[in-house]
Amino acid sequence: MTAFFTALLNSLDIGLLLFVIAVGLNIVFGVLNVINFAHGALYMIGAYLGFSLIAMLGWPFWAALIVAPLGVAALAVVLDRLVLRFIYGREITDSLLLTFALLLVLNESVRMIWGSGIHVVEPPALLAGTLELPGGVLYPVYNLFVIGVGLTMLAGLWALFNRSRVGRIMRAASLDPDMAKALGINTRLVVTGAFAFGAWLAAVGGVVAAPMRAIDPGMGDKIIIESFIVVVIGGLGSFPGALIGALVLGAIHAFGGRYFPEVNMVLPFIGMALVLLVKPNGLMGKGAA
Amino acid sequence: MKNAIVLIVLAVVLAGLVALPWVAPYFYIFLGTEVLILGLFAASFNLVFGYSGMLSFGHAAFYGIGAYATALILLHLEWPFLACLVVAMGAGALLALVIGFLSVRLDEVYFAMLTLAFGMMVFAVAHQWRSVTNGSDGIAGFMLGDFAPGIDWSLGDPAVYYHVVLGVVVVAAAVLYLICRSSFGLILRAIRQNPERVSFCGLDVRRYRLAAFTVAGAFAGLSGALMAPFLRVASPEMLHWSMSAEPVLMSILGGTGYFLGPFFGAAVFVLLESWITGFTDAWMLVLGVMLALMVMFFRRGVLGTLLDWVQGNHD
Repeated sequence: MTAFFTALLNSLDIGLLLFVIAVGLNIVFGVLNVINFAHGALYMIGAYLGFSLIAMLGWPFWAALIVAPLGVAALAVVLDRLVLRFIYGREITDSLLLTFALLLVLNESVRMIWGSGIHVVEPPALLAGTLELPGGVLYPVYNLFVIGVGLTMLAGLWALFNRSRVGRIMRAASLDPDMAKALGINTRLVVTGAFAFGAWLAAVGGVVAAPMRAIDPGMGDKIIIESFIVVVIGGLGSFPGALIGALVLGAIHAFGGRYFPEVNMVLPFIGMALVLLVKPNGLMGKGAA
Repeated sequence: MKNAIVLIVLAVVLAGLVALPWVAPYFYIFLGTEVLILGLFAASFNLVFGYSGMLSFGHAAFYGIGAYATALILLHLEWPFLACLVVAMGAGALLALVIGFLSVRLDEVYFAMLTLAFGMMVFAVAHQWRSVTNGSDGIAGFMLGDFAPGIDWSLGDPAVYYHVVLGVVVVAAAVLYLICRSSFGLILRAIRQNPERVSFCGLDVRRYRLAAFTVAGAFAGLSGALMAPFLRVASPEMLHWSMSAEPVLMSILGGTGYFLGPFFGAAVFVLLESWITGFTDAWMLVLGVMLALMVMFFRRGVLGTLLDWVQGNHD
């Protein structure tokens, strides 16, 4: 029973972290109509920047959590202005190719700057150690913090898209860019903003993940595949879909790791394949193919 | 007249390729072998990308499974090489059939995502299924025996192996060319330009895409089968997405609109790689920058841009 409860909490901390990252992928897709293959690389850069600020410059974790994602968002603005603007309005294939090229460049840059080794970030003193939950379950405080961050982001994003003017403008620009433009919305700004916001979300995920996982040059690859599985399970472009997909994948990891360790690695793909066979557009996707 | 020129150029190139081991330094035999194998790999990718309009970021899965199949057969069963090639093609086709079945159902965005994801699944399996694949070390220590039962060409000699690769690649390229020129190939090109319209003509677009993907998987498997004995190893890196990036760049470098574009791109790619890795190990960075620049400014590829320029001068 304790094992079950721990796995349940585990699926929440894995799932909510994945949600924060995958929803960024979704937002970029919604506004730019392109899948950002470099999204995982931006997550990784967030983690590495956080590591540099904390371990090398001695900043407190909280300062790094604020500053590193902003740095990655700024990088995204530069990439958008320097590279992506060339292919707005071109075939979708070209934009896929270009973000794929960005993935190659960013991955290799990380390897050149920080090396191929594994780095570790310690959780802040406030969040170190374990907590005894009712029922005698011992759980790391940091993982509970990750669940808290995930829930806060979930509430914040929901409010942003449903209750704020900025969120409505983003939704309008993704539904009908021409109409939004005709209504006087600066869609160029919205596009750049959405790309930077998606990068910011990925980097927040990276900094939050840093004390939980090892930082290495392969972490971006892992997370982009996970995010793809999330959006395919949930339905590309769907906000509730990203949440459901992330929680499903979190549960697959947490329970699969505990009860089926030998096949744990292929379980997410089997889950994705099943969804594709039964509901090709994802659990929350709209319309037919 | 134009056809005659193309044929003459092709014949000269082919004669040069056949004569290469006798006229060029030893080093170029290795470069030549690599160009031919990667050219076939890229051409198989371009059947999916250039002809059918589907961008796959997981093509290394089929190349890699061909390499693993060959390495495993040579290590455990010691079959003749020709049998390895056939099995590798079958393995590539089968894997492509399964991955393709799940990936061609929706639009190109999904296709690109799913091929990358399933490709990385194959990579993860090769990496972690240590009892069969030997994990990150890969499979090495296998020996090439006969080419076919009773035909021993001493394949261990690099010059001989180069000629075998040349023969196999020329035959495979000819078959691929016939496929591209057939009515099947024409339908693929029609699908790339306007899938709705092809669908209205009563053709099952999804089935044609799956067929193209499967054929491409078979030829990618064949190229992997040629590569494993050349590298003397089948390793997980051959399945990684960065390996899938190579045929993408080769096709775009050469020009996706031409059958020989990927081969030309492979030659440029291998020469650049051997030159650039001489003074920096950030080859992936260079690869990414090149891909970005090609997509941004030279979408028609080196061969395409060159041909445009030549034709522009003549007209």
